[in-house]
Amino acid sequence: MPRLKFATVWLGGCSGCHMSFLDLDEFLFDIAAIADVVFSPVGTDAKHYPEGVDVCLVEGAVCNEENLAMIKKVRERTRILVSFGDCAVTGNVSAIRNVLPHNVYQVLERAYLDPDNLNPRIPDEPGIVPPLLDKVLPIHAVVPVDVYIPGCPPPASRIKEVLVQILQTGTAQLQGRDLQFG
Amino acid sequence: MPDTTLTINGRQIQAQEGQTVFEVAREAGIRIPTLCHLDGLTNPGSCRVCMVEAVGASRLVPACTTRVSANLVIETNSDRVRDERKRVVEFLFAERNHVCAVCVACGHCELQDLAIEVGMDHVRFDYQHPHLELDFSHHLFGVDHNRCVLCTRCIRVCDEIEGAHTWDLAGWGTDTHVVTDQGIPWGESKTCTSCGKCVQACPTAAIFVKGSTVGESRKHPDEIGFLVKSRENLHCHD
Repeated sequence: MPRLKFATVWLGGCSGCHMSFLDLDEFLFDIAAIADVVFSPVGTDAKHYPEGVDVCLVEGAVCNEENLAMIKKVRERTRILVSFGDCAVTGNVSAIRNVLPHNVYQVLERAYLDPDNLNPRIPDEPGIVPPLLDKVLPIHAVVPVDVYIPGCPPPASRIKEVLVQILQTGTAQLQGRDLQFG
Repeated sequence: MPDTTLTINGRQIQAQEGQTVFEVAREAGIRIPTLCHLDGLTNPGSCRVCMVEAVGASRLVPACTTRVSANLVIETNSDRVRDERKRVVEFLFAERNHVCAVCVACGHCELQDLAIEVGMDHVRFDYQHPHLELDFSHHLFGVDHNRCVLCTRCIRVCDEIEGAHTWDLAGWGTDTHVVTDQGIPWGESKTCTSCGKCVQACPTAAIFVKGSTVGESRKHPDEIGFLVKSRENLHCHD
């Protein structure tokens, strides 16, 4: 059997979902036994998302231009895209700024100008700092998603349940308390 | 004595005229999820979570306001009902800002539990992200309109049980919201007795005890039904 190409991606989230992924402990060895980690902020140094990925866990909402370009690339190159955690599935805390009427400017103003920074300035480095999108979006509002894992963060047991189901059946559907948001 | 017979999920069930489909189903051990119903209060039929299929009717009907009648055939768990119920719950999540991760009711929330019950793993509709206010003017309780599902339990418990009628609905359509004393800050209300029944009745964290942080708000909505039953018993002894 060819080895599975496995990836994880970190968009607009706090990395808590990835910390929970690392909480899989010994199960990480089981993944390593059957899969190559081809892209992941916690599993490899690879800088480019490769072609032909079998399974990818995507943490975080789509918040900026870089997230947007990345999720489109991930979708194109991935067989099973897993929306991983509440920010990915609902927007969650990342999307709280959507309630502000002029949210992009107000967010930047609050973060970089309001608190009397030593050098108050809104970062503007074209090509380096990605511009924020008008609205923060859950992943399925941008590209089709195959599997959803709610939770902030999802407990390791829930992540394991999804990965085992995918390995056994090619897809996954959580049930009961495993569907709890928050 | 039972005076009518209806069919629920293929079972012949005896009921008394005047009972609702929701009551009869519950007595027969058939669960119909709901959000706006609370034992001891009237049923407005506002949340649409308890929608069931009445065979022969083109539209689904709310179980909590539909009275039983002879030869009524009800399906509470058909594919159509389950689809519709899930959609209703998704709408509730899309309408306001329910951020479970930072919510005081997380883990003890009837809306969160409902999402689990209907199998909601994501919301298929665009989130509206309305800009809503919070009211912390009351010395004990807070109001967070972001979490309100407009079930009107607070309005009914305040009017029907406490007799104060502090709460009411204002606005139209997506602008509909609950208000205290026709729209003044809760802390300035002349009618509120600070009894806290609205806090206990609220199924989410729209009304909560101030000072609670994430996951700390535990409600006891059953106390409302208990209170009503106790009063009925009191009247029996008079």
